[in-house]
Amino acid sequence: MDTLATDTSLPKSRRFQILEQRDINRETFVEPWPEAGLIVADGPSDPQPSLRVDAGRVVELDGRSRAKFDALDFFIADHSLDLAVAEQSMALPSLQIARQLVDITTPRAEILRLAGGCTPAKLVDIVRHMNVLEMMMGLAKMRARRTPANQAHVTNRCEHPALLAADAAEAALRGFAEIETTVGVARYAPFNALAILVGSQAGRGGVLTQCSVEEALGLKLAMKGLTSYAETLSVYGTERAFVDGDDTPWSKAFLSAAYASRGVKIRFTSGAGSEALMGHAEGYSMLYLEARCLLVTHGAGSQGVQNGSISCIALPESLPGGVRAVLAENLLAAMLGLEVASGNDALASHSAIRKTAKLMLQFIPGTDFIFSGYSAIPKRDNLFGGGNFDAEDFDDYNVLQRDMQVDGGTRPITEEQALAVRLQAARAIQAVYAELGFPLISEAEVEAAVVAHSSEDMPARDVVADLAAADQFLAGDQTILAVVRALHQRGFPQVAAHLLEMGRQRVAGDYLQPAAIFDHRFRVLSAINDPNDYAGPGSGYRLSEQRWQELQHLPQVKSPRDFIADQVGVPSTKLAELGPAGPRTQPEVVVAVGPAFGTALTRTITGLAHDDVLAAILTGIASEGLVARIVKVYRSSDCAAIGHLGAQLSGSGIAIGLQSRGTTIIHKRGLARLNNLELFPQSPSLTLETYQAIGRNAARYALGKTTTPVPVQVDNWARLRLIVKTALLHRRETEQVQDRPPMELRFDWEPDV
Amino acid sequence: MKSIAQTPDYPLIESAADRLRAASGRPLVDITETALHAGELSLADLQISAETLRAQAAVARRAGYSRLAANLLRAAELTAVPNAEVLRIYERLRPGRASYAELLALADTLEFHYHAPECAGLVRAAAVVYRERGLSQM
Repeated sequence: MDTLATDTSLPKSRRFQILEQRDINRETFVEPWPEAGLIVADGPSDPQPSLRVDAGRVVELDGRSRAKFDALDFFIADHSLDLAVAEQSMALPSLQIARQLVDITTPRAEILRLAGGCTPAKLVDIVRHMNVLEMMMGLAKMRARRTPANQAHVTNRCEHPALLAADAAEAALRGFAEIETTVGVARYAPFNALAILVGSQAGRGGVLTQCSVEEALGLKLAMKGLTSYAETLSVYGTERAFVDGDDTPWSKAFLSAAYASRGVKIRFTSGAGSEALMGHAEGYSMLYLEARCLLVTHGAGSQGVQNGSISCIALPESLPGGVRAVLAENLLAAMLGLEVASGNDALASHSAIRKTAKLMLQFIPGTDFIFSGYSAIPKRDNLFGGGNFDAEDFDDYNVLQRDMQVDGGTRPITEEQALAVRLQAARAIQAVYAELGFPLISEAEVEAAVVAHSSEDMPARDVVADLAAADQFLAGDQTILAVVRALHQRGFPQVAAHLLEMGRQRVAGDYLQPAAIFDHRFRVLSAINDPNDYAGPGSGYRLSEQRWQELQHLPQVKSPRDFIADQVGVPSTKLAELGPAGPRTQPEVVVAVGPAFGTALTRTITGLAHDDVLAAILTGIASEGLVARIVKVYRSSDCAAIGHLGAQLSGSGIAIGLQSRGTTIIHKRGLARLNNLELFPQSPSLTLETYQAIGRNAARYALGKTTTPVPVQVDNWARLRLIVKTALLHRRETEQVQDRPPMELRFDWEPDV
Repeated sequence: MKSIAQTPDYPLIESAADRLRAASGRPLVDITETALHAGELSLADLQISAETLRAQAAVARRAGYSRLAANLLRAAELTAVPNAEVLRIYERLRPGRASYAELLALADTLEFHYHAPECAGLVRAAAVVYRERGLSQM
């Protein structure tokens, strides 16, 4: 009877059940719906590129006449487009510009020049021709700063100042060039900004810091000297979304000038999906709207942008081509000469495979900030909704840098180093609180912050008192100068000096230039003095020898030289060489051992003593009433060769080949060398019981008895775990290979009968 | 003394260390821990000056970043505008906050009171578009 046809429901596939439970199937995947803005690129309503200029004024932009311009069109037409080059850019075939992006003979400057004259639709039309590999090539060339870097998020659920300071210090030590915090409760803003400022400068001088809050409040923090950059200047690709965000391109442009006037570096924020999420996509694709955002950002005079969908990332990732489109928007920003902090911040996937694969698109080419917020704290403490990669992924990330010889902007540190800077930072903020009359930070809080992983490890504070003090601090006259003085007076001259130097740098304004960061000696690196000069292999950013040494020396790295110390012992006193071993004819099993057996090596990979292994095998052979002859093979360290040679000598034609690390074979005369009766390649799974069973089976083959192969455990992880040791044990055995005939060994052992 | 704007070698903190001054007029070389301990420093001593912003604008323009340069010139103008006034102007530029006439008046204040013609130009451009697009206060 056909069960499939008669059952009321389909049978359940065990495999599909397992797949259903995989992390990847916790994601939402939907079909495109252009009317709702749920399409990442090439939307049916997206306009074709066009530009008409009359008497120096744009009268048509991407198919829309000036009479029908919305606010963004006006801004792009009048403030963003470089009309001196626009005619040439718009006339060039998009495919040609796409090819120039990946052509190493076209310099970055030429692309910047052409992109300056491109309309939003034209920019989109260029990247339409490119696959992700080509976009990565383009990004490697177009990134503003030659040296890649990284930004960290530091927040915590209880907004604890000592923990914020300690985490900021550790993030700074780990190499993050910028640290961003935000608030759960807005009134904490001045305190959180202060805590990461003091903490970061305790970790490493020169880290730029910001506190993401409402625009006007953010400007106030900057004016007090509590922040050195701001990236909360959000822009949107449609007029209605912009207005819902309570801004216009002009108010944002003014704001960026206002920040710069107070010596604060600014970066705009945009990204795929925000308009659809706000219900104002107006039927356009995410990439087209992002191109509009980027031209507004460019026209407003921002030095850079954080894009790559940012907090909306799950939306493009629910759609086909979403991850490619997000890379495309990073590339478009770089083509406009903008510093790019390329996303990878908000939770984007349940799947570790998917999130890592996506990261590679920015990690491999390198961007100005690969993450616009690597969560340097556990994701549950991330108040940005961030944490796609978090503090628990630090070691994974460091290994990725080491694997690919890629500078991902961080470095491995030791626990000791981390504890030292965390203590310094927690004590420094404690001192500032005490000196400025804020609610005191106790010794217990400092101690907890030093060793904490998350806010769950922290004692509670008096929220009401903290907020009242924060209000007073924001409204009052105390500024960053009072903080510097407090640090001096309470014995933190180094942290104070770093804070003062940040103030001096603000006076010089060098970090207002594109893609600026500071190194640990407060030397500015930006697109001006560290411009990306990638022009193919051998050019652009390359790891210096010093940086490569830093990246490869993970604290977990061991010297391989003492890996096999456990296997090297006092040579066996039970084994003695008798003389050359010749072929025999009487019933026997030859046990052929490798050249290091019992001498240069004395234990198998799992630590079984060679004497015990031999005794087990001989016991197995004896249990079938047969005798064994032990032969040491000198001409090869290869398991098959050892067994094969043993079989040629064996009176029965049966031999057991045994490498010193424990790998074993049962061989038979007449079989090809690489053939066998039974092979036990996974030496880590072999026990004394297995060796005894191998001995018994060999004897049974010799006696012509029916024999069931010895069952073995298969542990595919063993190879992964022990491969270095395996290689070194084999190397040591191979070192003992000599041009000598096989020698018969005497083994001082009596069957246990 | 040569103006820093004429020789904007980057970074300025290296090429013009002896010529840079804070918004207060205090030379950069006098912004020291000693001065801090002596109680001589105020917040204005840690603020960037209009002249330095113009020099940075020249650096940006020379490197091909003309839109950033224009922003830094607007920033230079805004150094003369007090914090509260900057916040007020920003608020007025947000959608639906000011009428066309109010925005033009704001532009005049910027141009004639604060000598900020570039910022005034930005506000005037906004006024026209806001009126066109219904972003002015009704």
